[in-house]
Amino acid sequence: MDILYFIVQQTMFFAIPLLIVALGGMFSERSGIVNIALEGIMVMGGFFSIAVIHLLENRMSGQPLLLIAVLVAGVSGAVFSLLHAFAAINLKADQTISGTALNLFAPAFAVFVARMVQGVQQIQFKDTFFIRKVPVLGDIPVLGPLLFQNAYVTTYIGLAVAIMSGVVINRTKFGLRLRACGEHPQAADSVGINVYKIRYAGVIISGALAGIGGLVFIVPTSTNFNASVAGYGFLALAVLIFGQWRTKRIIVAAFFFGIMKTFASAYSGIPFLKTLPISNEVYKMIPYIATLVILAFSSKNSQAPRAEGIPYDKGSR
Amino acid sequence: MKKKVNFFSSKGSNSFLSAIMAIAAGLLFGLVILLISNAKEAFPAFVMILKGGFASGLAGLGQVLYLATPIILTGLSVGFAFKTGLFNIGSSGQFTCGAFAAVYIGVKWTFLPGGIHWIVALLGAALVGALWGIVPGVLKAIANVNEVITSIMMNYIGMYLINILIVKFVHDPIKNQSVPVAPTAIIPKAGLDKLFGTNNMNISVFIAILMVVLIYIVLNKTTFGYELKACGLSPDASKYAGINAKRNIVLSMVIAGALSGFGGGLLYLAGSGKYLQVLDVLAPQGFNGISVALLGMSNPIGILFSGLFIAHITVGGSNTQLYNFVPEVIDIIIAAIIYCGAFALLFKNLIARFGKKSSGATKEEG
Repeated sequence: MDILYFIVQQTMFFAIPLLIVALGGMFSERSGIVNIALEGIMVMGGFFSIAVIHLLENRMSGQPLLLIAVLVAGVSGAVFSLLHAFAAINLKADQTISGTALNLFAPAFAVFVARMVQGVQQIQFKDTFFIRKVPVLGDIPVLGPLLFQNAYVTTYIGLAVAIMSGVVINRTKFGLRLRACGEHPQAADSVGINVYKIRYAGVIISGALAGIGGLVFIVPTSTNFNASVAGYGFLALAVLIFGQWRTKRIIVAAFFFGIMKTFASAYSGIPFLKTLPISNEVYKMIPYIATLVILAFSSKNSQAPRAEGIPYDKGSR
Repeated sequence: MKKKVNFFSSKGSNSFLSAIMAIAAGLLFGLVILLISNAKEAFPAFVMILKGGFASGLAGLGQVLYLATPIILTGLSVGFAFKTGLFNIGSSGQFTCGAFAAVYIGVKWTFLPGGIHWIVALLGAALVGALWGIVPGVLKAIANVNEVITSIMMNYIGMYLINILIVKFVHDPIKNQSVPVAPTAIIPKAGLDKLFGTNNMNISVFIAILMVVLIYIVLNKTTFGYELKACGLSPDASKYAGINAKRNIVLSMVIAGALSGFGGGLLYLAGSGKYLQVLDVLAPQGFNGISVALLGMSNPIGILFSGLFIAHITVGGSNTQLYNFVPEVIDIIIAAIIYCGAFALLFKNLIARFGKKSSGATKEEG
């Protein structure tokens, strides 16, 4: 049982950031804008929020500081994603190129600023956010150890984001409009929806969530930020596609990769895997190979938004 | 006056001008970044960036050519795939796998005679790169899997796999990197190292130029190239015209992979003291290749020049350390250039309008 608890707790650390970022990607892509920049936005969100933690940690600690960092991550991600929105929506630029530019920009910017300010590119921070046991809830048998022990508050934020995303995109007027803009923007426009505004909203939400995802990835797995989120933005993109741009499937996909990643990084803590004569590097390859195999079987009937990647031009209606 | 009008309205020069505008905008942005971080030293550092390789004589020039060679190849790789409507973001993995194949052959196949060894090693690099490119190609053609995702996955799989293979076959445990290749596997220097006064120089850059010409001919002078471009412009129309789109997708990715792998071979057989390292980091040359291809507008000749340009300012960037700047400012500038390059449409319209205006002016004069 202890092994199961360990695996679930570890899985959360890997799955939650993927979940948040992939859901962010969903908002952008369902509105019709391909967002390949998730990786760069994660780096940007991670950079500013970790920098804030680094600056404030002598004056405060624990959950309040983490919540401030989450806010900073969301805002910086949203602001950075405006560059993508402006290029993709107003200037009708190639969305892949614009996204790639942001991916190139973010790590360079983070390294440049960190080294100009403090001399080294790693930003250290103290992890005062770990929750050994949530009061009361942590004592519930089975469920307590699974979800409310050895956790970070970011896990609950991630789960809340998942529920809210599902509700917003499937049950609200805004969600309906967003989906319409991704499927048939001309039709949406003809009933008086401002396609540009809705698409801006989609990209900004994706930026805010990806920025938060950057922080959520870094805090449980490290105590320094090195201008990188280890390809998690790209992995989130894979989760989004594997999840067929649908909330429930994205949740399943994110947890699938979370488990795969857990085996890759924590296999030495799992007795029966530790005894197998397989090298460390092989375990690290597994999540990526699994992604390939699953995508090969699940991509035939892609449910991608139909207007995805096509700049909207009012004149072409 | 008439000549000038033609210059502004022809397609090639139009792309060229919009690339120049993107570069200017990117450099300007870089200058702003320098000014914000350290206003006093910003201008001399900026001049250093512009001077690039020319700041340190022939050796600097040699350094530019050395840095440009692999990214011209990865740029060709990405650009070639672009022509078929594919985004090869997996150049990094193909590059690494090719590099390993070259090093493996260079170290182990010492039975090969002198003049042939390095050629076989380079061909091996291209072959293994092609194998790495075939996976996203086949998955895209058969199962409609997004090639962006598969090639990203192949990057990571390649990185970890090569780490395993280095340790297993060509490992120097003391330095945790690959052992040096046999002298016969090093690409001939043909006296260029003495001419430029740097050990990094060899005939690689000419091989790269040869590949540029080859790809230019394939794309622009052959039926195969025409079919590839047709598939990129309109998959449905080309299918209707009887072009085998699936075959072309696979072939395009295979050629793209071969080019990236070849680039890996060129770099690691240069005999410049660079070894394959056991690190969990994707090869940056693959991502630079994306920048090179985008800046070169996927045109082979454009890629040659954009590769040289990016290498030029990279050397300039490392020189800014003299003024206490961090060389990453170059990556920021390159990203800004690519971002501005995404506005090609806007720039093109602006240029076209300017062209029209000046042609209007000619009429008035006449």
